[in-house]
Formats: sequence, C-alpha cells, structure tokens
Amino acid sequence: MLNVENLVVSLRSGIPIVRNVSFRIEPGEILALVGESGSGKSLTSLALMGLLPPSIAITGGRITLDGAEITHLAPHQRVRRGCGKVAMIFQEPMTSLNPVLRIGEQIEEAIRMHDPDSVPAERALELLDMVRIPDAAHQLRAYPHELSGGMRQRVMIAIALACRPEILIADEPTTALDVTVQRQVLGLIRDLCERLGVGVLFITHDLGVVAQLSERVAVMYAGVLVETADVVPLFRAPLHPYTAGLMACLPDPDSDEPHMATIPGSAPRADAIPDGCPFAPRCPRAQSVCRSGTLPLVRGAEGQAARCHFPLTEGALA
Amino acid sequence: MRQILINLARPFVARPMTAFGVLFLLTIVVFAALSPWIAPFPPDQIDPVNRLQPPGVGHLLGTDHFGRDTFSRIVYGARLALLIGIGVVVFALATGVPIGVLSALFPRLGVVLMRMVDVLMSFPSLLLALGLIVILGQGVFNAILAIGLIYLTTTARIVYGLALRLKAEPFVEAARSSGAGTWWIVTRHILPNMISPLLVQASFVFAFAQLGAASLDFLGLGAPPDIPSWGNMLAESRIYITRASWLLLWPGLMIVLTAFSLNLVGDALRDRMDPRFRELMRK
Amino acid sequence: MGPYILRRTGAAIATLIAASVIIFAFIHLIPGDPVYVMLGDAATPDQVEELRERMGLNEPLVVQYLIWAGNALQGDLGQSIFFETPVTQVIAEGAETSILLALITMFWIVAFGIPVGVLAAMRQGTWVDQGLSGLAMLLASVPTFWVGLYLILTFAAGLGWFPSSGYPSIFEEGGLSNLRYLVLPSLALAAPNAALILRLTRASMLDVAREDYVRTARAKGIPPYRVVLRHILRNALLAVVSAFGFTFAALISEAVVTETVFALPGIGRTVVQSILRRDYPVIQGVVLVIVCLYLVINLIVDLSYRLLDPRVELE
Repeated sequence: MLNVENLVVSLRSGIPIVRNVSFRIEPGEILALVGESGSGKSLTSLALMGLLPPSIAITGGRITLDGAEITHLAPHQRVRRGCGKVAMIFQEPMTSLNPVLRIGEQIEEAIRMHDPDSVPAERALELLDMVRIPDAAHQLRAYPHELSGGMRQRVMIAIALACRPEILIADEPTTALDVTVQRQVLGLIRDLCERLGVGVLFITHDLGVVAQLSERVAVMYAGVLVETADVVPLFRAPLHPYTAGLMACLPDPDSDEPHMATIPGSAPRADAIPDGCPFAPRCPRAQSVCRSGTLPLVRGAEGQAARCHFPLTEGALA
Repeated sequence: MRQILINLARPFVARPMTAFGVLFLLTIVVFAALSPWIAPFPPDQIDPVNRLQPPGVGHLLGTDHFGRDTFSRIVYGARLALLIGIGVVVFALATGVPIGVLSALFPRLGVVLMRMVDVLMSFPSLLLALGLIVILGQGVFNAILAIGLIYLTTTARIVYGLALRLKAEPFVEAARSSGAGTWWIVTRHILPNMISPLLVQASFVFAFAQLGAASLDFLGLGAPPDIPSWGNMLAESRIYITRASWLLLWPGLMIVLTAFSLNLVGDALRDRMDPRFRELMRK
Repeated sequence: MGPYILRRTGAAIATLIAASVIIFAFIHLIPGDPVYVMLGDAATPDQVEELRERMGLNEPLVVQYLIWAGNALQGDLGQSIFFETPVTQVIAEGAETSILLALITMFWIVAFGIPVGVLAAMRQGTWVDQGLSGLAMLLASVPTFWVGLYLILTFAAGLGWFPSSGYPSIFEEGGLSNLRYLVLPSLALAAPNAALILRLTRASMLDVAREDYVRTARAKGIPPYRVVLRHILRNALLAVVSAFGFTFAALISEAVVTETVFALPGIGRTVVQSILRRDYPVIQGVVLVIVCLYLVINLIVDLSYRLLDPRVELE
C-alpha cells in the first residue's frame, strides 16, 4: 500500500508547488488524480517516483510503500535497498523511448535491474504478450520510430511492468493517442491492475476518463487536494465548487447543443497563489472568509471529503 | 536615468565574465580612437640603443628588436583590429544576407546559390583566403575581402536557414495571403526578425576575423609589415622569443582577449535570443 | 542505403567539379600572362614555349580545363616550378607528416574534448562546469600559432622535453620515436578544436538529458552512470559525430599555420612556401587534393551518422 502524508514539493527558491497532499492507494486499486495542467499533479507523480528535476525538491511530508519510507530515494536507490517499487508511464509515448535502442534492449534493461533471476529475452517476450502486442518476437527487434503511438505506449507499460511494481503511475497516458487506441490502452491498464494486483495512480485532466476507469478520485487545484471521493458519489454530488465546475465543463450526452461551459478566470501561477482557498478568486460561492486562514475539512458520505467553507452539499464538519 | 543605467547593467552583473568582455572591448575602442594620446611613443619610432628592453619604467611593456615601444604598438594595433573586424563583419553581412534571403525566397535561385556556397565551403577557410590574397595581392583591404569571403559562406547558410523558417511562420503566410509584396515581406517581416541572430553571428565573425587576420599576418600575407598589427608583432618577434618572451605575450594576449570577449558577448546575446533560432547558431 | 550513397556521392562529385573549375581558374585570375605568372619574369623563351605547349595555353579555356582535369584524373597534377619535380611527388613527400599530424591531433581532440565535455555536462552549473566551459571558450579564442610558440618556449626551449621543430620520417633513423617531433604541434593544433568539441559535447549532452526517454531510463532504476553512458552519451555523440567534417576542415586550415610554426615538412607548409615562391602548380595540386579529401571525409561522416541513427531512413 502506498501512503502519502502531507507531501510538500517546492522550488529551490522556496515556493511550494504541491502543498500538504495526502492519499493512499491499496493494491489493485485505481486512484484518479484530476486537475488542470499546472495544478501540480505531474510534479506529485514525479515526487512519488523520486524523479523530481534538480531545481525542485520534496520539502515536507513522507511517502511510504508497504511501510518502508521512500520519500527521498531515487529509483536506483530503491532498487539497491530492495524496497517496493513505483513504476511510471508517461504522457508522450513518442518521445519516452530511446530512439537509438531496440525495443527489446530497452525492456531487457529494466528486467535485468528488477528480475535478475529471469532470462531477459524470455521475460521480455512474456511482457509484450501481456500488453497484447502482436508478433512480439518480431517487435522486440524494432526501433521505437517503427511503432505507432499506441504500440509505443504498450511498450512503455511493458517496461513499467518489467520493474515488478507495487504501484504504477500513469501520467495522462492516453492524451497523445487516437480515441480508439485510448480505449484499448485504458482497458489494458485496468485489466493489468486487476490481474497483477498493482495499485494505479492515474493522472488526467479528463473527468470522462475517470468515470470509466477508477474507483476513487482526488481533485487537485493549485497544488492542493480540494476534494477526494469515490467516483459514484463524486459524480452524483460534488462537495467542492471547483469539482462542480469541472463537471459542468463535461459535454452533456443528453443535450443536442454543443456545450462549452468553462470556469471563469484562470488557475493561479505557482508563485502567486492567494491566501486562504486558492480557488476563491474564481469561485461563485466565495465570501471574505475564504480569502484567508485555513480551510475546514468537510466530510460527506462514503469517504467523500473536501476543503471548503461553503460546500455544495451540506457535509459534516470534520 | 538611474533606472535606465540599472537596467542596462543588470545582465552584466548576472554574468561577470560578459561584463569583463564588454569592458575589454570598450578599452580596445578607446585605444583605437585615442591612439596618439594614449601611446607614449609613435608606433614606428626606432631606438637601436634600447632594443629588446624588458617591460619597465621607460617602456611599460618593453621594446622590440628595433627598439620600438611595445605598448605604443599595442595601442595602435587596436585600430587595425577594429578595422579588420568591422570590415569583415560588414562584408560578410552585406553579401551573406542577400544571398541567404534571396535563396530562401526564390527556391530555384536558392538551389544554385546555396550550391555555390557549398563549393566555397569545401575549401579549407584559410586556403580560400590565401588564394584570394594571391590573386588580389597583399594589403589590409584585401585581407578583409579574403577573410570576409570565408564568413560570406557561413553567414549565407545561417541566413538561409533563418529565412526559410521565417517564411513558414504564420505571420508571414498571413502577410503573403493578404497580398503583401516580396519587398514588403522581406523588409517588414523577415529582416527585422533576423536582427538578434545576426548580431550573434556578427560577434562570432568579428572574433574569428581576429584569429584569421592574425594567421595571415603570421604567414606574412596579411597587413603590410610597416603597419602595427598584433599579428605582425607576433610574426616579427618569433625569432626573439627565447630572449624576449614578452614580445610574444602582449600582442598574443590582445588577440586572445579580443576574440574571447567577442565570444563571451556573442554567447550572452545567443542565450537571450529566441530559442527556436538558437540551434541554427550553434557551431 | 545504396541509392542514398549514390545520390550523396553524386553531389560530392558535382561539388568537386565546381571546385576544380575554381582551382583551374585561379591561375587565370592572377593578373598577368599565366605563363609568366608561373615561370616568373626571368623565364627564357624556350621555357615559356614549352610550358605553353604543355598546358595547352594556345587552346580555348574550356579545352585547357579539360586537359588539366584529364591529367589530374590520371594522377598528373603538373610540374613544380621550384622543385622541377611532379606536383604529386611534392605532395607525397609532405603526406606522411601531415597525415600523422592530423591523426595524432584527432586523437587528442577525441581523448580530451569528449570526456571533458561529458564531465562539464554532468557537473552542470557547478564551478567545475563553469571553469571548464570558460577554459574551452578561451582556448577556442587562441590562435594556434601562439599556443605553438608558447609550447616551444616552455617544453622545447625551456624544459627540453620535446624537439622544437622539424620532423624526420618514422621510416628513417629513430623509427616511431620520431613521433615525439609531432607532440607539440599536435597539441597546439588540437587545443582550439578540442575546445569546440568539448563545448559541443557538453551542449548536446545537456540537450539529450532533458529528453523524455532519459527520464524513462531513470524510472527503470538503472544507476546514474549507466543512464549517462548508455542513454545520454550515445545520443549526444550523434551530434558530435556530425561535427567532425567541420572539425577536419578547421584542422587543415590551422595545420597550414602550425606546420609553419614548427617547420614541419608537411603539405601545409608546402602550400605557404609555394605561395611565397609563386609555385602555382603546387598550390593548385595541393588544394585539389585537400578538397577531394574534405569531400570524402564529409561523405564518410555523413554515412556513418546515418548508420548510427536508426531514425534516419536510408531509402
């Protein structure tokens, strides 16, 4: 089980970008992390991986995986200490594979690190079968540029699985793909999650994808988790006005007219996040109390929770 | 006023090396402009009694084998360094920019012109310059032409690449489809957008022109020997280096620091440039 | 790959033909009668007539060019006026020195430029990087002959470790130990070019380090040194390899000066001396050979680049 407690990620200059984020992921569970670009969701995932760029660091909180602390460990340090692993697939399958190495070499490299007892070539073949790449033996000898985007993303998943992860992070893995390919890749991720008992953190800005895929959702805005809930209650009755705003932006299947609602204003820059609730300047329900001080945690039914003074449904104050 | 000065100074405070480069280049300009007032002796005043004097009180940087004052010759040498640098830059831009822009605008002509540039580039640069000197004869102006010819080719290539890219930019396409003429597009859209890459190229050309001119001088095929140039000073001192190593030091340092300063400035300009063009300017 | 080689070779040959026209025209661009240009004003009428005959100077220019190019194709680059021997022989005599000098210089460039560039990139932003990058820019701003003179002053005249000038063939007495004559010249020649390769390696390493696939490699948990060697360096070197054609051209230019400084009996010094002696057939011959060499090396660099990068289609 992955447990993130009060995670703070900051620029070297001291400006926090991700603030007090906490969540947990059980084996075989899919948690969707939803937010606009720039909300800090990708940085959260890189922090979990131990892959933050040098100018950004974890400055608070802790990350544990099956009880072992991995907060400040880079992937190779986690391998050396034999602690549980987090693997990741990225948004851009076109650029995430090394162009001068064959697919097979890139998968086997991961196998040798994480599965020293197996025969790398056999295991690589097995993994490609597992991610449903046809003619796997032939594809192992291919270079990345010879594969389509969907195939490359499957290769990325195979590389991630080669690391034998407890947790798989998928950072918008389908945004760069065609719609039909998107559905296949999503199906594959859900299937692998169930079959292998891997916990998945699925990062997306698309609530539509969330509804198809995951059981639980965490909504992020300006570096803060504003609401966490199971999918069904969240869609039925969001607590936080921002979540409601996101849902209003979804196309309405029952309506004929093209529906293009947007939330007015734009998300604050990381270096100009207002005091109090970061969403207050754009929030239709905001009052002066929202613009300073700490935010109350509101709990709804079935584990739903939000940080808001004026939630849409009356929840119980925690 | 104070704010303007602070703004001007800001990039140099952040990059102390660049500040050094700018200061050094300013010194060269001052040397060139005020040579007769700065130099304690005329550059060609011979003093057989005081030949090969080490640096000291009378002669700040020592004297050469004719007893000429090294410091004075260094100061006057700045004139030639600037003349060569400016001359080569002007020649390279005045020829390379039209060739590059025309080639980009008229692809048929471009094939021919860029092919010719390729042919010129297949000659090692110094041999090309030497060949031209043989044809034209020795002299400062011809040295400028010879070195300029080398940088005509590189400038034309870079401008060609820039112009092709700019030609495909939406704002140029838009201007074209709204009926703007070629001349209008070149003067309003293409050239103005090239100014900063060309500034970078100019500072690098200026720097390498110094090295090229020094090589020509050293081979005895650059500026005539009676002109005090840093390259000539090095060439003449060559046989005395074991006895008077300062003769090697000062003019050499001037060449190195001038080229170094220009490279620093060029690098600083490039880092402030539009990142889309940066890769084209990498050598 | 075949058609690509053919097309690329065809382009190189076209360039060579154009360059040869320029080299041929060179003699006619020098003011004065080509024969007197070549023989000097003191030539006897017999010599003048003989050269006129041999060069076909009474024929139209096109025919003259064809005669000259035809002879060159058959390995006859004409006769040196100063040495009174075939130009090919003059070139052959300088070839050993120049080729060995180029090879040793290339060795320094690769042995210093690339590893130090990698080091600077890995220590990006630290004082190590700033020091190395600053040093590289300084070296790139130094005239090779000045470095050469200082090397002579320090290691030949001062310490006496290496000879200051000349080069006896390795096939003569002394054998391979004669290579010590080339140590200082090759270092002088390598300095600015190694600096350029260093800067290029560093910049290209930093570019590649930002690529997504490097992040993928890190995510696999492979150790940092392996990420650098297998994923970053390998891709970064592609850009460096493609710069070697340019480096070679720069080497030739600077070798002309370096050979003069160290009084090496190479092709570069021959060119300079031939210019001063107005021995034009030698200049033409040497330049033609160098242009050929440059085109061949660029062809090789281009093809090897394409072999190294699987993305480039070799249709």
